[in-house]
Amino acid sequence: MDANHPASLAEQVARPPFSASADWIGLAAILAAAIIGYLLFPNNLALLTRVIGIVMLVLSIDLVTGFCGVATLGHAALFGAGAYAAGIAAAHFGITDPIAMIAAGAAGGAVAGLISGLVVLLGHGLGQLVLSIAIVNLFHEAANKAASWTGGSDGLTDIAPSPLFGVFAFDLWGRTAYGLGIALLVIVFFLLQRLSRSPFGMLCRGIRQDPIRVAAMGASVRKTLLKMYIISGVVAGVGGGLNAISTQVVGLDSLSFTLSAQALVMLVLGGTGSLYGAIIGTFVVMLFEDFVSAANPFHWLTIMGALLVGVVLFAPRGIFGTAAQLFDQWRRR
Amino acid sequence: MSAVFEVERLSKAFGGLAVTQAVSLAMAPGDRVALIGPNGAGKTTFVNLVTGHLKPDSGVVRLAGDQINGMKAMQRVQRGLVRSFQVTRLFPEMTPREHLALAVLQRQGRTGRLYGTFWSMPEVLEESEALLRTLGLEAAADRKVAEIAYGQQRLLEIAFALALRPKVLLLDEPAAGVPQSETPRIEAALAGLPADLAVLMIEHDMDLVFRFAKRVIVLAAGTIIFDGAPGDVTKDARVREAYLGSYADDRSVA
Ligand SMILES: Nc1ncnc2c1ncn2[C@@H]1O[C@H](COP(=O)(O)OP(=O)(O)O)[C@@H](O)[C@H]1O
Ligand SMILES: [Mg+2]
Repeated sequence: MDANHPASLAEQVARPPFSASADWIGLAAILAAAIIGYLLFPNNLALLTRVIGIVMLVLSIDLVTGFCGVATLGHAALFGAGAYAAGIAAAHFGITDPIAMIAAGAAGGAVAGLISGLVVLLGHGLGQLVLSIAIVNLFHEAANKAASWTGGSDGLTDIAPSPLFGVFAFDLWGRTAYGLGIALLVIVFFLLQRLSRSPFGMLCRGIRQDPIRVAAMGASVRKTLLKMYIISGVVAGVGGGLNAISTQVVGLDSLSFTLSAQALVMLVLGGTGSLYGAIIGTFVVMLFEDFVSAANPFHWLTIMGALLVGVVLFAPRGIFGTAAQLFDQWRRR
Repeated sequence: MSAVFEVERLSKAFGGLAVTQAVSLAMAPGDRVALIGPNGAGKTTFVNLVTGHLKPDSGVVRLAGDQINGMKAMQRVQRGLVRSFQVTRLFPEMTPREHLALAVLQRQGRTGRLYGTFWSMPEVLEESEALLRTLGLEAAADRKVAEIAYGQQRLLEIAFALALRPKVLLLDEPAAGVPQSETPRIEAALAGLPADLAVLMIEHDMDLVFRFAKRVIVLAAGTIIFDGAPGDVTKDARVREAYLGSYADDRSVA
């Protein structure tokens, strides 16, 4: 360092705002939560697996909404496309290997992501929201009409996945499906964490903060968003594929506006722009729903509505975002 | 010297209002040009037209001999025509270091990469650090832009543009909104711009203009009314009229 710079400055070594140890703690926490879930609810693994599938959908919304700033109310199109792709591969083409079915789900989701992205990105702001709703409704209608492939409103059945790695059969208690779900979640989470720090991830966050600035630095906003839509489709498609494997049926509800909106609510509740927020929001809403709605369906909606209003008004960063902020303030003192 | 940047008879009207009228100019590498003129003269519009943020009604823009009008804004940047904004446009939640790393990665065509981080790319870190130091931004390097002083944001706008290694740099009022006490830092940053870079600066601060520019262009009501040496600009009758006209009118009424 030259003499013009005081030693205090020269000695300050720039450090990244994330650390490998924190990453491992995060992954360990997910695994620990998975084991606790298994021990606490051994008879409810099917529900937990379904939650993991929806977590993938919520993560995939986070990619386009939380990271890139494109709001969507039609993301179930990507999830449902993955579910139908995996289901159709098994029911019509005899591709029953679970890993191959997940791959089919990812591919289906990617294609749906590309189509959604091409359409949604034609609009701006509110227009994008409307286009995303139109897309999920079109997908829903298409699946309804193509009943010979999708089973229409009866749903797609005859999905019989063969044992995982040829060894672990999909048992009645859903242990295998749960294990597969946890493994997929850990892999997806690990990869998305890498993605969010990559040059591409930075560019996406730049687009959310100021797309005109991004264009003025010579990058293509549209191409970047389209790429993110495809990646988002892969993630949602894996979730859809997992759902098809674990429930062995795919219904039109997986391609619905309702599911799209619910998933967005989960994301907002958990906290946009952070992968942990997406996971926490989904678990809180879905487990809450399961327990409360069993007791009283009317109260379930009331409580859910009140919770949402409370979060949006008093903790706009969501559960995880607010907790992280409070922790940060406490540590700085 | 051959021109790196040429504009020929560029015109634009908003509705009936002609905001840019047959504006022509040429710049060579290393030029230091100030574009001045009363508020609403069409200076920002001129920048928006040549950078592709607005579509001109007619006219030609050439960069390094190639016609670039018709290209998207993004492609013009890739070819080396870079601008800054009159009101800073930065990423509020990113730090200056992240800004510069992103710009360097963009220049290298690596912003599409889905893995790795710039924190483990020594050459990107070094180049960002060097720019931070050139502009005296080390102390603010790792704070969010939303939390740093406006003068520092102004300096970052310049650093960000430099990280893209432009051939032609268009600075739209680089000192606007900066407290008087901090303008010397902006001025130092301008003085330190690469010698072979062609720079066109829009600025209201005449001290800054006279110290920076070797050539001054005056725009009034969308037309170039003066193009010459800084020393001659205040003597020019049309320039005085453009700047003082409104006062003269006031006085005649009073
Ligand atoms: N998008 C627009 N639509 C209509 N009029 C505009 C637009 N942008 C600028 N103008 C008008 O063009 C004139 C020149 O504006 P501008 O280029 O911003 O001036 P300057 O930068 O020299 O102060 C002003 O009268 C302004 O109102
Ligand atoms: Mg202006």
